[in-house]
Amino acid sequence: MADTSATNAFVEFERVQKSYDGENLVVKDLNLSMPKGEFLTMLGPSGSGKTTCLMMLAGFETATHGDIRLDGKSINNIPPHKRGIGMVFQNYALFPHMTVAENLSFPLEVRKMGKSDREEKVKIALDRVQMGDFGGRRPAQLSGGQQQRVALARALVFEPELVLMDEPLGALDKQLRETLQFEITHLAHELGITVVYVTHDQTEALTMSDRVAVFENGRIQQLAPPDLLYEEPENSFVAQFIGENNTLEGVVKEIKGGTCLVQLDGGGLIEAKPINVTQAGERTRVSIRPERVEFNKDRMPDGAHTLKAEVLEFVYMGDIFRTRLRVAGTDNFIIKTRNAPDQVRLKPGQQIEIGWLAEDCRALDA
Amino acid sequence: MSDANNATTAPNSALAAERAEDEYTGPMLAADGTPLKRSLNRALRRQKISALLLIAPLLIFVLVTFIAPIADMLFRSVENQIVQDTLPRTTTELKNWDSEGGELPDQTVYKSLYQDIYVAQERKLHTRLGSRLNYELTGASSLFRKSGRGVDDIGEVYQDQFEDLNAFWKKGENWNDVLGSDAWLAAMNDWKKASGDAQPPFEMRDGIADILPQTADYYSIFADFVQNEDEDNLYKEDPWPLIYSAFYDDLTGPTAEQVATYAGPGATELAEAAAAAPSFATVDYMDAFADIDKDWVELPIWQTIATYSPKFTNGYFLNAVDMQKTPDGPALRPEDERIYWTLFKRTLFMSVCITLSCILLGYPIGWILANLPARTANLLMILVLLPFWTSLLVRTSAWKVMLQQQGVINDTLVWLGVVADDSRLALINNQTGTIIAMTHILLPFMILPLYSVMKTVPPSYLRAAKSLGATNWTAFWRVYFPQSVPGIGAGSILVFILSIGYYITPEIVGGRTGTFISNRIAYHISSSLNWGLAAALGAILLAVVLGLYYAYDKIVGIDNVKLGG
Amino acid sequence: MKFTTTLLASSAIVGAGTLAFADAHGNMAKEMTLVSWGGAYQASQDKAYVQPYLEMHPDVTAVWDESSAEAVAKLRAMNEAGNVTWDLVDVVAADAIRLCDEGLAMEIDADEVLAAAPDGTSASDDFGDLLVSDCFIPQIVYSTTFGYRTDMVGDTPPTKICDVFDTDAYPGKRALEKRPINNMEWALLCDGVDKADVYDVLATPEGQEKALAKLDTIKDDVIWWSAGADTPQLLADGEIVMGSTYNGRLFSVIEEQKQPVAMLWDAQVFDLDGWIIPAGLPDDRLARVMDFVKFATDTQRLADQSKYISYGPARLSSAPLVGQHADMGIDMAPHMPTDPANAQNTFLYNYEFWADYRDDIDAKFQAWLAQ
Repeated sequence: MADTSATNAFVEFERVQKSYDGENLVVKDLNLSMPKGEFLTMLGPSGSGKTTCLMMLAGFETATHGDIRLDGKSINNIPPHKRGIGMVFQNYALFPHMTVAENLSFPLEVRKMGKSDREEKVKIALDRVQMGDFGGRRPAQLSGGQQQRVALARALVFEPELVLMDEPLGALDKQLRETLQFEITHLAHELGITVVYVTHDQTEALTMSDRVAVFENGRIQQLAPPDLLYEEPENSFVAQFIGENNTLEGVVKEIKGGTCLVQLDGGGLIEAKPINVTQAGERTRVSIRPERVEFNKDRMPDGAHTLKAEVLEFVYMGDIFRTRLRVAGTDNFIIKTRNAPDQVRLKPGQQIEIGWLAEDCRALDA
Repeated sequence: MSDANNATTAPNSALAAERAEDEYTGPMLAADGTPLKRSLNRALRRQKISALLLIAPLLIFVLVTFIAPIADMLFRSVENQIVQDTLPRTTTELKNWDSEGGELPDQTVYKSLYQDIYVAQERKLHTRLGSRLNYELTGASSLFRKSGRGVDDIGEVYQDQFEDLNAFWKKGENWNDVLGSDAWLAAMNDWKKASGDAQPPFEMRDGIADILPQTADYYSIFADFVQNEDEDNLYKEDPWPLIYSAFYDDLTGPTAEQVATYAGPGATELAEAAAAAPSFATVDYMDAFADIDKDWVELPIWQTIATYSPKFTNGYFLNAVDMQKTPDGPALRPEDERIYWTLFKRTLFMSVCITLSCILLGYPIGWILANLPARTANLLMILVLLPFWTSLLVRTSAWKVMLQQQGVINDTLVWLGVVADDSRLALINNQTGTIIAMTHILLPFMILPLYSVMKTVPPSYLRAAKSLGATNWTAFWRVYFPQSVPGIGAGSILVFILSIGYYITPEIVGGRTGTFISNRIAYHISSSLNWGLAAALGAILLAVVLGLYYAYDKIVGIDNVKLGG
Repeated sequence: MKFTTTLLASSAIVGAGTLAFADAHGNMAKEMTLVSWGGAYQASQDKAYVQPYLEMHPDVTAVWDESSAEAVAKLRAMNEAGNVTWDLVDVVAADAIRLCDEGLAMEIDADEVLAAAPDGTSASDDFGDLLVSDCFIPQIVYSTTFGYRTDMVGDTPPTKICDVFDTDAYPGKRALEKRPINNMEWALLCDGVDKADVYDVLATPEGQEKALAKLDTIKDDVIWWSAGADTPQLLADGEIVMGSTYNGRLFSVIEEQKQPVAMLWDAQVFDLDGWIIPAGLPDDRLARVMDFVKFATDTQRLADQSKYISYGPARLSSAPLVGQHADMGIDMAPHMPTDPANAQNTFLYNYEFWADYRDDIDAKFQAWLAQ
């Protein structure tokens, strides 16, 4: 699952484990390799080990086992301040007793840079985040978004090749978050820096990253570009965690070529693409994305597999309609349809027939 | 009903107001048409009053238990009414005396002194004045005590002569008849002590004050004393010898001719006395006082009385800075009596030492507490607060057992071979002892504010600093430390001010070199009873603390003091 | 109204000094607040006369207040506040004189207030010279003297006061009280001043300098105490070789705690401790206190007190009645400061002198001390 290819790897985790109490592993056998310039997001619910990984990379936690390499050199025994990694924190961590300019000047000062060079770099860095006029302010006089811009500028001002971001937008409102998401990715690509970004917000992960590592229970469940992650989840956790997903449980009846037959617990036999199932008789969860389900007979693709369904709830969401159905014994089957002029608005109680292509239906682990 | 009305009218009036706002260019109006400022003020006033009412109990408490005593202390440090109150006539007469002329005061001053001391000793006030003046002049205490006993004899010279002349003058009731008004005499006649009614207050006979001015004067003092302080029957009390000397003075003085105009009771006896008085043996008051104590015919006591005659004095403050009042103005005390300046310096120096050692010891503890999980931190906090659970005396005495030369620490050091048995360390009864014990006692006052401020500094600041390339030390010094400064400030102010006023611990473990100015204040409060000096020392201490506070505000800024997040 | 009248009447009687307790008996307060020093001394008072008095008057209660050390200041404060809550205050004679001078203590006529001796000797004769102030009712004679560690002085234990100043013969720390009184006298005595001239010399600046110069020779060897319990503790811990304190404290170190400590009686300074009655007591409380104090200072009661503590009774007539310690059963007479064997060379605290010179000499002493 994990990418272990060592060619042109800039950041590498090799068989890294971490335990705080000596009994439970918070990070279990982590292998990860990032090329230079990549924007990688660690995504996962809280407690999944993603922040621990970030802290190990930054040097604030030591790995219990395994090796972390930066640009080919093991950094296990290098203290944080010598790693040269920029970091942005969720609460910004701007030093309250220093002005914005002093905050930015701080990493340059500790690098013994001359005064005029510092001032120049600070100015460039502030301009880069549109904060050029705020150099004399104290952090407390800035809004949250402005503070995060400053924090970003501070993490970049000493030109690190690797920047770590620990849920940097978590405390901001939705609109600001979206603006900053764009700005951050833009900056990262422009400057060619490598970014490890931690978040629990999947939209953020999908929109910003080159690759996303989904963490759960101390392991990377899947490491893939956003589109693959969404469309081809490798296990039912990823399928559930990324985007909205319908799950039907059942038993594999037979596997034949590229398809398998699944006997659903709630009645009905469906065709699916076998991903995590290898033989007949295995239990499986079949995953179908809500937007891949069709009920309009006219639009039903050829060879679609159909099931009977009852409409339970209809929600108007502007761009789409979200309809909840009872299908094969589950009350939680969602379909999403585009709000088009010819689109039918289903009514609760309506009996319909739904259908999908077998290749959109993935038989995953139970 | 009215609710409904309001509901319907409110939007209307709001609309109206809105509309009015558009057109109206004067002051902003509230919904009901009153100027907005006024209704805001009214609303705020109500808030202010309720806030004031809420803090009123505290305010009164602070006024009574804190402000008033301080005001009283400041007053006492300059107050000096006792001299004027006890010797009113003498101090008045002394105004004309040149204290630097080298001459003793004249007879009139001695006569006033006799009259003052006589009244004072009847009221038992003369020894109090003696104690007061003894702070300024050694020997004043016994001088006044002796004089109180001696003044009886002076007046008796005249008393005996008047009584020998006519037994009429022996009886208190005869004096009442002559000096008291008829109305009062009648009231006195009706009054029975057993009845429980108050004794009719003495009233002077009309015109008698013109005939016998001094006699009348002293007799009313006497009457007031007998009736109000001793609560005795004025009719049965024989007059003080002082009255006889005043009587003699009246009969031989400028008003002597007026005696012939008197026609009231005892007029014959009065005329007889007036005729005989000029040939009486007289008293030389100066000699009489010289007989009591030769100090009365020497300059120092007179200079002291003259110097301390005013109602207010800076003498206590001068004394508190090792100076004294002399006839030539303030001057430094002799070198072997200077102590307060030394003690002030020592107090400040040691308080600084104690504050610094509290910072040194308390900072790491505060750090650890702030960075531990809450449960462990709370447990450790109990240990930090443990000293508060035992009495100050017990703790200080325990330090004695620990620090003395045959104590635990020295025994351990000798056992370890660090010090030789015959050169054990002197850790107590000196400055070291005071600093150690007081650091221990005051440490919690440093740790608590430090801890609560450090708790509010997120650990991510340190991480951020390190990620930006700062070494552990730089991260601490440039980022963490500046943010803990308010805690250090608050802790230092607490510890410093507390230590500056401590006296129990320095008294027990301070020996002779580790005591504070407060120990002298305590001595003057409880032992020498020189409360004026104690108040002056306290006032100076207060001024020093306020001065340092002001300096702190100027240098660090008082808003840079935090007791917590 | 009637009540206050009788009060006024009784006040007049008391005030005039013609005390007639029987008349005022009905108006005696039921509670007394007695002020003393706490510890063993207060216990001896309690056992010797407070408890017996309460047994005789079951309706009366007595409350102790251990404030004698601050009595002068507290009484002054109470007096200024106009609310004196104490009824009878145990103070040293110097404080009694001071309180009398300040008008805070009531003047009394010993022969009228105090009981005569069993043989009819009047109270004033029985107490004799110990009535050092018009307000003072003496109870005990105590002395400030030295104790030394018998195991730290070699084969020649100190016998003279001047051994205190001899650090060659008796090396080690000494404890002295942190005040000039007594120390100045001892210093002069050991600087060759004749005992009779001590106070004349001490009255002069040169004499004061002389005394301080003598103290200077042992300044580095002195631990200065301010509480009477300090010296016994320092002796018991072996922290000092010798130290001054009250003889009763040393008695308990030697006889009760069995420490290797012995007495050095030479040049012991006698002082007196006794009662004063605060000025301005209400009549009912005054009547009660008068009744109590007459009982508590009679010949037998003062002799009883010496069963519990090694201080000499202030009455001549009590001396023959001094017996054995109530618990330990040892003869108390040899432990009394007044015992002829102990009293071969003694001082009597010079109240008049110190009342005058305390402020002056104390300033010099403290300045010397702080250097």
